[in-house]
Amino acid sequence: MAKRDTPMLDELLKGPYPSFVKELYKVQERKPMVQDLLGQLEDSYEERIGHWKHGGIVGVMGYGGGVIGRYSDLQDKYPNVAHFHTMRVNQPAAWFYTSDILRKIADIWEKHGSGLTNMHGSTGDMVLLGTTTDELEPTFQALAKEGFDLGGSGSVLRTPSCCVGPARCEWACYDTLKLCYDFTQEYQDELHRPFFPYKFKFKFSGCPNDCVASIARSDMSIIGTWKDDIQIDQAAVAEYAKAGMDIQADVIDICPSKCMKYDGEGIEVDNHECVHCMHCINVMPKALAPGKERGATILLGAKAPIMDGALLASVLVPFIDLNDPDEVEDLHELIGNIWDFWGEHGKNRERIGELIQRVGMSTFLEAIGLEPEPEMISAPRDNPYIFFKEEEDEEEEE
Amino acid sequence: MAEAPADRITDVGPPHYERFLPPIIKANYGKWKYHEILKPGIMVHVGESGDKLFTVRAASPRLISVDTIRVFADIAEKYCDGHLRFTSRNNVEFLLTEEANIEPLIADITKEGFPVGGTGSGLSNIVHTQGWVHCHSSATDASGIVKSVMDELFPYFQEKRLPAKTRIALACCLNMCGAVHCSDIAILGVHQRPPRIDDKNISKMCEIPTTISSCPTGAIRTADKDGMKTVEVSEDLCMFCANCYTVCPSMQLNDPDTDGISIWVGGKVSNAISEPKFSKLAIPFIPNNPPRWPEVVDAVKNIIEVYAANARKYERIGDWIERIGWPKFFKLTGIEFTRYHIDDFKHAGWTYKRSTHLKF
Ligand code: SF4
Ligand code: SF4
Ligand code: SF4
Ligand code: SF4
Repeated sequence: MAKRDTPMLDELLKGPYPSFVKELYKVQERKPMVQDLLGQLEDSYEERIGHWKHGGIVGVMGYGGGVIGRYSDLQDKYPNVAHFHTMRVNQPAAWFYTSDILRKIADIWEKHGSGLTNMHGSTGDMVLLGTTTDELEPTFQALAKEGFDLGGSGSVLRTPSCCVGPARCEWACYDTLKLCYDFTQEYQDELHRPFFPYKFKFKFSGCPNDCVASIARSDMSIIGTWKDDIQIDQAAVAEYAKAGMDIQADVIDICPSKCMKYDGEGIEVDNHECVHCMHCINVMPKALAPGKERGATILLGAKAPIMDGALLASVLVPFIDLNDPDEVEDLHELIGNIWDFWGEHGKNRERIGELIQRVGMSTFLEAIGLEPEPEMISAPRDNPYIFFKEEEDEEEEE
Repeated sequence: MAEAPADRITDVGPPHYERFLPPIIKANYGKWKYHEILKPGIMVHVGESGDKLFTVRAASPRLISVDTIRVFADIAEKYCDGHLRFTSRNNVEFLLTEEANIEPLIADITKEGFPVGGTGSGLSNIVHTQGWVHCHSSATDASGIVKSVMDELFPYFQEKRLPAKTRIALACCLNMCGAVHCSDIAILGVHQRPPRIDDKNISKMCEIPTTISSCPTGAIRTADKDGMKTVEVSEDLCMFCANCYTVCPSMQLNDPDTDGISIWVGGKVSNAISEPKFSKLAIPFIPNNPPRWPEVVDAVKNIIEVYAANARKYERIGDWIERIGWPKFFKLTGIEFTRYHIDDFKHAGWTYKRSTHLKF
């Protein structure tokens, strides 16, 4: 059909920020699919409503996820977007690419799809936006030949993601890229073949700045931290002072645990009081650094509001040394226990955080074989409704 | 589906990241000493070895064509031996070892329409979702609002500074793909009316028990209409979450006249200074007004400007509001406080004020 005028979308070509409409324009001459996408989107803008139907089950053979089915509800008017499926492609850890591989991916998507992408989707995948059912398998195999695989969708392990970590950040307390890669490889089956009650996400942040929002967005959040003393380079502290930094106001007074002192000469930290918030290190990267005994805190159960309200993740393992293969092995075992319990007791579309709320943290800990620790809570219970267990008394008499 | 060919490749997982790391990163992996922001969008990371890695960060609309991917590849080849990456906020980063290449790279990428910025105490890209471009349950568009807000706040992406980093996110429905529930400012698409039930087709299209159990408030019941097996929704219990629609296409919620946008403030994910926290409701509803949503743009700009004028250095929006108190936030921003701001979902009492610590 003839190209449709898009006066409303054209308004979004104006202004200094990059325009997604311009991106659609770049490919529309050679992609009828994108012409129809522009047309349908202009309809949406005029009518203030979306025109996509629910995804049916589409995918590639043997996988239960990785493809989001999408169909237009204006198929007669815009036949080229009758099918407009999305493929999620598992990104390389921390989103590093070379120009070579990007060109290869661009060529594959030029040939098999709309030529539109999201770099990247919210979970971290490279998102190839819009193709027909027939093209799914050829695209998948073309990508596989370049060493890429699909990501997760539906009730599976979703594509893990990580921060830039040791590749380019001095604050990384463990190798986020390695762990992310290893976990993704370890759990390929869980990623491609749904057998969970709902989705499960891992996110790896190298320090408490949490650049990949793991504490808010992942069922299991692995956040780097350290146990020993903050490293201080007093000469660099003096440099900051000389350069005009108000160390007292900008660092010492803002420290949330009030555990720092500055006497005009050097900085002193009462490290046992430090809550590892990163503020002082963020402000003085040349002078302060996380300690040397590094590892991570494991937190569990974050999610967006659907269904029962949003949750932040809460502490499950206060400190783990991720350089110790035994401790990593223990973590995999713990994950296995968590998935077993969830698989057995989780309701359809119940995230792990919601299950814990429903059955209670104590029951959950007992089931996965972890001892309760005070680091797991912000305060003990303030109600007296304790579910005492009878066996405990009996055991004491043995 | 056809028989699987014998040489079919599956379960290979992502490529190993080392394939794509530049030599300078391999050499300094885990041995970076410090970094500095040289100017908005430009960083230098210095290794213990003394090696310097320069990063130029440019804005991206997230939805990009293969043409743009090729432009990024061209620029990376010209200045960075082909090395680049993307960030968790969908910016593109070029990784250079030659300081002299920074300015020419900035000139080239800017000319292509991708301005440089997004570092430090300002605005970075808005994390966002699919909207009308690709999702079935969106109560609003995503890309169009992001573009309109960033156009207006563009100086904060570049040289204009804020008291602390400010993270904006947008999600077009309550599924909240994107960290909307923990952002300094969150733009969230909302429905205001219960699902319209397709009585004729629901029993064919959906599993009715699954549909009923999908509702967090138990608002859905089986019903019989003129002999058709269907469901009905108790309007008093429905909070327009679209959970039912996610499992059953015959429970359509999208409605041009009543769908729109809510604005949330004060969330964060970083542990720096204060603990991570949820975004809280600032503006319950603004109607959709494409193509540029001027009312939403104004609302976000107002919050940013009031925050910039009143917060202390290093105070994120949520920390600032906690210090001054919510009544003062509403007063300073001129945002109307309504019945909708008072929580009435489960555990609502946690957000009631239970002390006399009030400011007058
Ligand atoms: S989370 Fe920490 S280690 Fe990772 S990139 Fe951010 S600041 Fe660096
Ligand atoms: S990391 Fe945070 S808590 Fe620890 S000393 Fe620095 S500012 Fe204080
Ligand atoms: S937030 Fe909702 S409407 Fe937007 S992309 Fe996610 S599921 Fe779709
Ligand atoms: S929109 Fe939400 S609350 Fe309303 S009926 Fe559907 S699931 Fe229940």
